[in-house]
Amino acid sequence: MATTKAAGMTRRERFEAQQRRRSLIIAATSTLVVVACIIIFVPMTPGWAKVQRSFFNGDVLVDTFPKLLDAFKINIMIFAWSAPAIAILGLLIALARDAKSPALFPLRIFGATFTDVFRGVPVILTVYLIGFGIPGLGLPRPWNSPYIWGSLALILTYSAYVAEIFRSGIDSVHQSQRSAALSLGLSERQVMRDVVLPQAIRNVVPAQMNMLIALQKDVSLLSFIGPVEIFRQAGVFKSLTANFTPYVGAAIIFLIVTIPATRYADYLMAKQMRDRS
Amino acid sequence: MAKLKLRGVVKQFGPNTVCNGIDLDVEEGQMVCLIGASGAGKSTLLRCIDLLEAVEDGEMFLAGEGIAIPGLHPQGVRARIGMVFQSFNLFPHMTALENAMLAPRRVHGRSKADLVGEVEELFNRFGLAERMHNFPDQLSGGQQQRVAIIRALAMRPEVMLFDEITSALDPQLVGEVLDVLLMLKQQGMTMVLATHEMGFARQAADKVCFLKDGKIIEEGQPEALFDAPEREETKAFLARALK
Repeated sequence: MATTKAAGMTRRERFEAQQRRRSLIIAATSTLVVVACIIIFVPMTPGWAKVQRSFFNGDVLVDTFPKLLDAFKINIMIFAWSAPAIAILGLLIALARDAKSPALFPLRIFGATFTDVFRGVPVILTVYLIGFGIPGLGLPRPWNSPYIWGSLALILTYSAYVAEIFRSGIDSVHQSQRSAALSLGLSERQVMRDVVLPQAIRNVVPAQMNMLIALQKDVSLLSFIGPVEIFRQAGVFKSLTANFTPYVGAAIIFLIVTIPATRYADYLMAKQMRDRS
Repeated sequence: MAKLKLRGVVKQFGPNTVCNGIDLDVEEGQMVCLIGASGAGKSTLLRCIDLLEAVEDGEMFLAGEGIAIPGLHPQGVRARIGMVFQSFNLFPHMTALENAMLAPRRVHGRSKADLVGEVEELFNRFGLAERMHNFPDQLSGGQQQRVAIIRALAMRPEVMLFDEITSALDPQLVGEVLDVLLMLKQQGMTMVLATHEMGFARQAADKVCFLKDGKIIEEGQPEALFDAPEREETKAFLARALK
């Protein structure tokens, strides 16, 4: 062999290292230019001083942030009891829609209608209709609480979506798995429970993570029917301070939760792609 | 009395007649090989015998009992017949041992504790004792297929069906799976194979059936069928398959 390895690198490695350096320099330069433009030009806009005062006011942020965090606990609470309910109801609806026995036909119709209705109506409408409508029946305390009926609205809407995802997961399990399980003498129900569902649920974990993230944000819609959660609390502070910074504070708090969650969901998704290939 | 008896079995998928009147007798302890081109109906016939497909017409008897009866509950029959597939079809979320114990636990209602010794013995016998606690994706193709055989055997079936079980394997892994079949034959298992392994069929089968267009058009002892086929179609197929 005439060619020798220079500095322990093959020719390909040297080429790729060079390419990497090039990409890095280009990426860094273009990022710098964009950031510089924002820093230089945005403050030159005529309304910047006003926007800065009313949206990025440091004093207001420091004053209101702890109380916004407090209000966020309500979001977490509503999320914490809604999410498991959604998982269970969503799975039941998915199974109902796949029920084969003729005796369970009403269940299939119910499942199909349920998903059609609650996927077809905007979340905010469902929240209004259930959140105002049912307490309007004149139920005694605590059964007139917007926490209960608002959560129910979220649970119903999200269950419809989650059910469809579970169904796609069930469909993603290869037919040959069913054949193999049936050939061993298992019943349809045992095949579903022991063979299909465990694989189906695993397949849809990343997709369901994204539903959780969306739910986390949509909990704020309950503010329209009463609960003083973070969005409502930020609105209160906006009125008190005549300043929009509390909304920015609320957005920051949401991002602190959702960015890691989104990254994690992406990681799971990428991992699944790798595992399948 | 034949362990497995088929008379005039017909299976259609829409307008396609895949099995077109098949008669077959398999005696206790016999190994019968089904050969023929892809699409001849070998796999479908095996799926019909295991009641994974409902037959249009014809009779099937397992140890004298009719099993091709419309409305018959298939589970009981499937539990008595073991089937092994081309693509292994192990349950990927369970270890090899769990794969083998699932059906006896669920169908026969046996406890893990009661089963484990017996199933471990199967893993020992087929040289997979160290692999018992691995998941399918940690096993080679040959090992996976042997686990699939163990999984079927754990139900103590009366008849075993093998659907081209070496077709998805690398050539160097085929031998270890075929060895398992020879062991089963020695133990007196009744077996029906759909196979493209002509050498194996010739060496091990008690009877070879050649299928074409959903019919068994020639059958006989392996030497007779391979060395002196009577039908032109059989000759043509063997000429291509043995080339």
